[in-house]
Amino acid sequence: MGAELKLVVFSLGHEEYGVEVDKVQTIERMMPLTRVPKTPAFVKGVINLRGVVVPVIDLRERFGIVATEYTENTRIIIVRQQSIEVGLIVDSANDVVDVDEDQIEAPPEVVGGIRAKYLRGIAKLDDRLLVLFNLQEVLNKDEIIQLEQLGE
Amino acid sequence: MESNQYLSMFIDESKEHLQALNDNLLELENSPSDLGIVQNIFRSAHTLKGMAATMGFEDLANLTHEMENVLDLVRNSKLNMNEHIFDMLFKSLDALDAMVNDITEGGSGKLNVQHIVSGLKAIVSGDNASAAGSSSKPASSELHLPGGLDQFQLSVVEQSLQSGFQVFVIRVRLREDCVLKAARAYMVFDALERNGEIAKSDPSVQDIEQEKFDREFTVYYITKLDGQSVEVMIQDISEIESVALMPIDANTLAQMRERSAAVQESKSESGSQRDAAQSAAGANAQANGQAKQQAGSRTIRVDIERLDTLMNLFSELLIDRVRLEQLASELQKHELTETVEHMSRVSSDLQNIVLKLRMMPVETVFNRFPRMVRDLAKNLNKKVDLIVTGAETELDRTVIDEIGDPLVHLLRNALDHGLEDTTGRIAAGKPETGNIYLRAYQSGNHVFIEIEDDGRGINRDKVLNKAIERGIVKSEDASRLTDHDVYQFLFASGFSTADVVSDISGRGVGLDVVRSKIASLGGAVTVESKLGQGTKFIVQLPLTLSIITAMLIRLGDEKYAIPISSIVETTLITKDDIRNVQGMPMIRFRDNIIPLVNLADVLEVPNHALDDSAEMNVVIVHKGEKLAALLADEFIGQQEIVLKTLGDYLNRLFAISGATILGDGQVALILDTNALIK
Repeated sequence: MGAELKLVVFSLGHEEYGVEVDKVQTIERMMPLTRVPKTPAFVKGVINLRGVVVPVIDLRERFGIVATEYTENTRIIIVRQQSIEVGLIVDSANDVVDVDEDQIEAPPEVVGGIRAKYLRGIAKLDDRLLVLFNLQEVLNKDEIIQLEQLGE
Repeated sequence: MESNQYLSMFIDESKEHLQALNDNLLELENSPSDLGIVQNIFRSAHTLKGMAATMGFEDLANLTHEMENVLDLVRNSKLNMNEHIFDMLFKSLDALDAMVNDITEGGSGKLNVQHIVSGLKAIVSGDNASAAGSSSKPASSELHLPGGLDQFQLSVVEQSLQSGFQVFVIRVRLREDCVLKAARAYMVFDALERNGEIAKSDPSVQDIEQEKFDREFTVYYITKLDGQSVEVMIQDISEIESVALMPIDANTLAQMRERSAAVQESKSESGSQRDAAQSAAGANAQANGQAKQQAGSRTIRVDIERLDTLMNLFSELLIDRVRLEQLASELQKHELTETVEHMSRVSSDLQNIVLKLRMMPVETVFNRFPRMVRDLAKNLNKKVDLIVTGAETELDRTVIDEIGDPLVHLLRNALDHGLEDTTGRIAAGKPETGNIYLRAYQSGNHVFIEIEDDGRGINRDKVLNKAIERGIVKSEDASRLTDHDVYQFLFASGFSTADVVSDISGRGVGLDVVRSKIASLGGAVTVESKLGQGTKFIVQLPLTLSIITAMLIRLGDEKYAIPISSIVETTLITKDDIRNVQGMPMIRFRDNIIPLVNLADVLEVPNHALDDSAEMNVVIVHKGEKLAALLADEFIGQQEIVLKTLGDYLNRLFAISGATILGDGQVALILDTNALIK
């Protein structure tokens, strides 16, 4: 038996994803966004999270999955990776599961349109598959800069 | 470990005491005969020693102990202060400072201070020899051996010394808030008697048992232990404020014998004199003590992060307030409206307090300058008076933390290059002693700090020639430049070279660094100078970094804030005012043609169309001397905003310097207009 991991489960399109509970600050409903000019399209803007200004990115757009309207179920998961605090817009988030490290396998090349680089692995639970994010890569700032330069 | 939680307290308090020592020593240097100051110095050194010993910083404790020995002689008039002693004491302070800094950075506070210790010891022993030789002194040295020993006790002490025991006079002071003084004293006695014998105590044991003493008692203690361990032993007992230890040897014993005889004979005159002196000193000390105590009880230390949290929580409260006000106006219930209005008033008072909490007097930066100027003046062999005014002016804590280095730089410059040397001053018909004024004052939303000297001033032509030589300015433009323009060259990076230093009074040494530092704090620095009469550097700083006054504008559906500090004015234009110059839209403003920026375009505001059929709002902004006009859909108004960062994820944004949260809870971005002016 490996170490236990607690994951917050969220959905994006048809897949279910997991992010470590200890990286998640809070989960919020959609709230008004303030657009920030000259940022990549997936940066939706900033929100007022109880007096702290936090940038928010749309995970669908981040990975080039077809964007949908935000619904009642849409959530902003506020995550922290080192000094970076960011909100991730996801289709829904409603579960926390325990996963054993042994249950995690290396990710295939592409899952649901997301390249392996951004993934930590795939957890096979009894009746479902959970894709684990590599937050560090998802929030990689260098890539934002590259994307910005591409846009220009 | 338990002492960890006391470490930050120890560091803070040590720094305070070191500062007090520094200040008092400087004061004493000006009036060397004022024993009241010596008394203060002694007290600070003493407390420092006690704290260091408790925390286990031995080198610190040892050094302060030696300082204390010297100071003890001084305050008992057995030693007159002279330049050598001042230098030695200042050196000790520097060493102490280094140790405390080491501790602050996680070190052990160890430092080799052998040479200073021996220097201090030499002062003490040198004086002791001369004191023993003169017969007029003994009466006063009685002061620190209160309640002299009777013949029997003297012989006990003598015998103990002969058989290799140590004898100490120990003065123990309890903390003011100590509740059971007798019990603490008993613990001290108990601890002492486990390792030795108490020959005499003053007040007597009976009086101490009945709490018939103030906070202090003195014992003659015979033991095999060394002074250090005795001291540590007593310090280990809680609620002890301080312990002072003085070893007695055969010499002092002989003096004491002499004195006890002499005192009995001539008790009448010298006695009453001494009493008078003593009570005067006592009153002095008491007054000081009271002032200290008051200051102590009026302040507490708060972690700056907690203040930030408080600020954040408060902005949340503000948002709820706005919401409540809306609800109240919808519901039209008289009682609700009244309550909400009251809450609004309270919260705006609260807002003022929260904002003020971050402010600190510039004194915290200024107080190290007198010492620095003294040392530097000594090195340069110049005579200087530093005149500080407005030290109580308050600035945001963040600015306070950063402003020290630039000011040090400017002061050094004034002292080193601004002021002439003594012969130069006499030749110029000025008083020998140069003046450096350090002034701070508040004006509007800014705090100004001025550093002015009455030295030789800046030679405009030489600066200008240098600038032309370096290609910073063309010689044909030179005649049109104002003095102000010319002095700004001093801040150009790389302007400071060795030959400049010797040519033009050295102005320019690292001034580019000073300017960029001050600019990073949102401030500016300017120079005024008159050749032969002196130079004035004026540093302008924002009152606070966390709150600024801004103009809110609307662009389409979005709101942006423009800091008032970069706005020249707001005005209205029509389509006819706009001209195209080389394809760029420009407008005329006060005899200048300035570029017109369509903000909504630049910021890519969605669904925005410029309506140029009517009058249009423009904000004239400046970056230094350059101007630009920014088009806005609407001016919402001017208000105080709390600055927030956008976090680490979004950095290097174009034309955005931060964000703020508006009354309705929405985030508005703050424009960095500098990026819009080319």
